Amino acid sequence: MASELRETIPAFNQAEASGGDEVSLTNWSALTNQGFAKNWGEVGLIALVAVILVGGAEIAVRAFNIQSYIFPPPSTIITTLVTRFPDLFWPHMQITLIELLSGYFIGAAIGLILAAIITQLPLVEKIITPYILLLVTTPMIALVPLLILIFGFTLTPRIIAVALAAGPMVMINAATGFRRTDLAKIALARSYGASTFQIFTKIRFPLALPMIIVGLMVGAIFGMLTAVGAEMVGGKNGLGNQLMFWSSMVKMQNFYAIILLLALMGVSIYVIFYWIGKKWAGWQA
Amino acid sequence: MIESSATRRVETANGARPLAADGARPIAMSVRHASKHYKTETGSVHALEDLSIEVPRGEFVCILGPSGCGKSTLLWGMSGLHDLTAGEVIVNGTAVKGPRPEIGMIFQDANLLPWRNLWQNIQFPFEIKKIDPKPYESRIHALLDEVGLAGFEKKMPRELSGGMQQRASIVRCLSYDPDLILMDEPFGALDAFTRDEMNLLIQKIWMETGKTIIFVTHNVSEAIFLADRVVVLTPRPGRLAHIFPIDLPRPRTIDMTFTPAYIHVVKEIKNTIETGRYTPLARAVQG
Repeated sequence: MASELRETIPAFNQAEASGGDEVSLTNWSALTNQGFAKNWGEVGLIALVAVILVGGAEIAVRAFNIQSYIFPPPSTIITTLVTRFPDLFWPHMQITLIELLSGYFIGAAIGLILAAIITQLPLVEKIITPYILLLVTTPMIALVPLLILIFGFTLTPRIIAVALAAGPMVMINAATGFRRTDLAKIALARSYGASTFQIFTKIRFPLALPMIIVGLMVGAIFGMLTAVGAEMVGGKNGLGNQLMFWSSMVKMQNFYAIILLLALMGVSIYVIFYWIGKKWAGWQA
Repeated sequence: MIESSATRRVETANGARPLAADGARPIAMSVRHASKHYKTETGSVHALEDLSIEVPRGEFVCILGPSGCGKSTLLWGMSGLHDLTAGEVIVNGTAVKGPRPEIGMIFQDANLLPWRNLWQNIQFPFEIKKIDPKPYESRIHALLDEVGLAGFEKKMPRELSGGMQQRASIVRCLSYDPDLILMDEPFGALDAFTRDEMNLLIQKIWMETGKTIIFVTHNVSEAIFLADRVVVLTPRPGRLAHIFPIDLPRPRTIDMTFTPAYIHVVKEIKNTIETGRYTPLARAVQG
């Protein structure tokens, strides 16, 4: 760190922060600046389009007499989800949530710590990067049969798969964040006598935070995909398993209800991280 | 008036102060035979060559030169942020080996932290230095009042104009009351009107607090307006071309910058920068 600052000609007044603006997702103000809806006219229009889409599907399914094993009417799917949620879906959603949350927290924690360490140690980064790339690009679901062989039909192989899917995603994004260096800000902290640790906590970490939040979001979404995929491979519970079960039973209203449930979970992940980003990284607008 | 631990300046009857040469005041900073080479990917950049200056306590010195003359390098060497390749910097009697608590630095642009609001930005030096800001709070409020930022404490940097940001960074620097202030082209990015405003503000703060200020700029008029002495450097490598004592009375006004005497100094300094050495120019006949 010290040499990076000490051997650089002080002429960095143009660039606010090198390596910024690389991901549009970090522009947390995008939605809010525009506002969710400007007035009741817009709210009405947005609602109208939604009604036409869902209602249109409902009418089309009934009008063309599409068989319910291909696509049940939207009203049936929603009714099934609402009425059967407590007994049919919630027990399995709990399993999926447990896998997702425990795998995600393990993976994200390891990913974050690794990102913070390797970006400070260029040699370690060079050594580790190929393996991280391998983990990012290999679909972790492919490892599940092997993991089941080792750990049996328990939650363990699924949790490991989620951790392996989420961790590298968090890591590469967080590492991109930590690599952003703003020498002017570091010089500012140094001029007050800041230690390397203080520069990390007070400058590098806040500077990296928008990318870290993006990484945490992408990691959570990949974690969910992997959890559902792993459940489809084997075992007796979880939403993925139930997808396979109800489609084999040709009970398509249950199948679609689970799809809807998974979509809602995915949107919730996005919304949660959107608010976190707006609160903690809203300065980057 | 802003209270300050620094000794109040000695003023003569007309407001002008004795120059460094009389040796009456202790030396706040001295630079001895400073040289600096940067190692870059394309080779070595020779930024500074055997430069020596002494700055007495309470003096306002401007370091002036064209882009790439090593003036920022000199300032960063003075602050302890950069190591010099050769030579040494002495502050208050001891050699500078790294950042020093009695030195405050003001950077190009305002260099506010964009994730902190104005008040949190001013708290930043206290957090790093692990000093309780409580005893300084009335001082900070007085400073914010002085620079016209009272009531903007909760604003984020991006909500402030360039001039306001730079004023905030001046408050941040003065908040913990350093004796010696190093300013690295602080107003370079501001428009001419805001720059005039900032120069008047800096002069006022300096006259009230008696700080030693070393101010790097590439603007000749700004340097003359602010300085007791203007140190002119040659282009790369930066060498001392000449030191111009400026004996205009204080407080200086923007109107003074249009007087023949002022313009004469501007011409002499510009000539020195172009030729690399000082040659006295004939004064225009004054009617």
